[in-house]
Amino acid sequence: MKKFLIALLFAPLMAAASSGTAHIDKWPGSVGDKAALQNGAKLFVNYCLNCHGASYMRYQNLLDLGLSEQQVKENLMFTSDKIGELMRVAARSEEQKQWFGATPPDLTIITRARGEAGNAGAGADWVYTYLRSFYRDENRPTGWNNTVFENVGMPHVLYGLQGQQVLNHETHKLEVAVPGQMAPAEFDKAVSDLVGFMVWMGEPQQEFRRKLGFFVLAFLGLLFVLAYALKKEFWKDIH
Amino acid sequence: MAAGNFEKYKSDGSIGGNVLEWVDARFPATSMWKGHLSEYYCPKNFNFWYFFGSLALLVLVIQIVTGIFLVMHYKPDAALNANGVPIAFASVEYIMRDVPGGWLIRYMHSTGASAFFIVVYLHMFRGLIYGSYRKPRELTWLFGVGIFLVLMGEAFFGYLLPWGQMSYWGAQVIVNLFSAIPVIGSDLSLIIRGDFVVGDATLNRFFSFHVIAFPLVLVGLVAAHVLALHETGSNNPDGVEIKANKDENGIPRDGIPFHPYYTVKDIVGVVVFLMVFSAVMFFAPEGGGYFLETPNFYPADPLKTPPHIAPVWYFTPYYSILRAMVWNFFGLDAKFWGVVGMGASVVIFALLPWLDRSPVKSIRYRGPITKVMIALFVVCFFILGYLGTLSPSPMGELISQICTVFYFGFFLGMPWWSRMDKFKPVPERVTMK
Repeated sequence: MKKFLIALLFAPLMAAASSGTAHIDKWPGSVGDKAALQNGAKLFVNYCLNCHGASYMRYQNLLDLGLSEQQVKENLMFTSDKIGELMRVAARSEEQKQWFGATPPDLTIITRARGEAGNAGAGADWVYTYLRSFYRDENRPTGWNNTVFENVGMPHVLYGLQGQQVLNHETHKLEVAVPGQMAPAEFDKAVSDLVGFMVWMGEPQQEFRRKLGFFVLAFLGLLFVLAYALKKEFWKDIH
Repeated sequence: MAAGNFEKYKSDGSIGGNVLEWVDARFPATSMWKGHLSEYYCPKNFNFWYFFGSLALLVLVIQIVTGIFLVMHYKPDAALNANGVPIAFASVEYIMRDVPGGWLIRYMHSTGASAFFIVVYLHMFRGLIYGSYRKPRELTWLFGVGIFLVLMGEAFFGYLLPWGQMSYWGAQVIVNLFSAIPVIGSDLSLIIRGDFVVGDATLNRFFSFHVIAFPLVLVGLVAAHVLALHETGSNNPDGVEIKANKDENGIPRDGIPFHPYYTVKDIVGVVVFLMVFSAVMFFAPEGGGYFLETPNFYPADPLKTPPHIAPVWYFTPYYSILRAMVWNFFGLDAKFWGVVGMGASVVIFALLPWLDRSPVKSIRYRGPITKVMIALFVVCFFILGYLGTLSPSPMGELISQICTVFYFGFFLGMPWWSRMDKFKPVPERVTMK
């Protein structure tokens, strides 16, 4: 019985301990910021869409970010000329498998897939940390490794912006060895925008969903008052 | 209540009256309306716990209606599309993004699945605490257990359809369980799958079961459940038989007609339920990763086993019981006993009417033993459910074994502990608390 009680006490702790070792930073952005989402979309089509598809997403949906059809066609569409097309990837998956060891996953709903039970926002946090945790590792075929995703097949595509990090094996911290085009804070903001776009892309109607939710709850609140009054009226003689 | 004994409708000369008289001469419209609603007498003292029957019916309707619309765009096809994504998985995302309002219908259906189990568990708990399964309502209870079993099958088949990683590997694990049955096991699991691995054949037969076979049986059982209930009349929180005390017109003195009293009351329950339902659906449709498990946002990949396969929350108590069985008995594999334990933990509810030997029905007039036993049972159920969501661990295994022993002890010891308790006198008439 004593063992049982102790076990009960520790069950939640065991659950917490089992969720990975690398430190995950909280994604600082939100999906309400249109300018950030547009910047994220730009980064996404320039840096991600070459190898990763977003094959449930249509270019047309990018119009919801406050862009005109003209703007989307000229700045964000490299693989297609029809706005109704899906955001496919040009590279073939069999060839990619040979290059990287695995086919790069589709990114449309990746932040949802990377979420955890009890913490739906964990996916955004993970991607935000992952994209900033690449470091130089000559033992890897691509020359890159990652502290969040050990021995990852993906090279550091944003190194031009971030620069090159190395892992200090004594402190287990990442340090910038060769600076990139962006200062660290600037780079963090860019990655945050990119992650924001991916969160938005995971469910483009999510803002509308929440807005509609308030109206539905307000309506049900009114309906409750009426329904309750009706019940009271009918039941006033039942004792 | 013999529905046919009501007077047939006599027209008052209006067009509506003439139509109703014509219909009534050919179909028991008025007598059914009276027998099941306007002259079906319910105890007047129903409390909070009595909302969940009508709510279960509401969720059933939500699931059927949203399901009809989902089938219009869902494609049960495991083949890969031009982008290398299984067609079934892509069709769900198509519904979520490209079908107008599709996301709403899909979230209603996915939230509805969890809501169904929440409502049904609360409905069953009501039956447990007020002894609603006792004579003369045993058949109502048995139909209810049947509904619960079919609902579990329905949920299991439906969970494969999005064809995500958890859909795929969850089905793989559960279907493999059948192979633990001696002699026929491997052939049985082959028949269920329709293939040597979970594949297109499995997806299509599960789709067929989910949209046709099981809903048909479910609706039939619900009808039987309600008909049996209306034959005996409803129990109530006092466990008093209201039919034992009737007035000169043969109407129970503590009874009020279901319509309009309980229709207007249930509307209040429906509105409150819809508020909770909408709060989840609009603001947390993943249910914190418990209603929509996050690995299911990856398409099914037969070559990549997820590190941790957990069933959806409503199955986790039984899954824990399955994992708790780790010993080989009588030369049979522990896995087999796990399957037996899991099956028994669900089916054992059917025995309640004959296990409970207490002289009174309701917990209100039963003593501390009953209250403690039921409270511990609920605690065990929650612990088993929680452990079922976690990866296996030695400590978790020990706790789930202790809870499993108590789970079965609760039922199998009931003929003794239910009699040992101290009882209070049951009043003649229902009380309004």
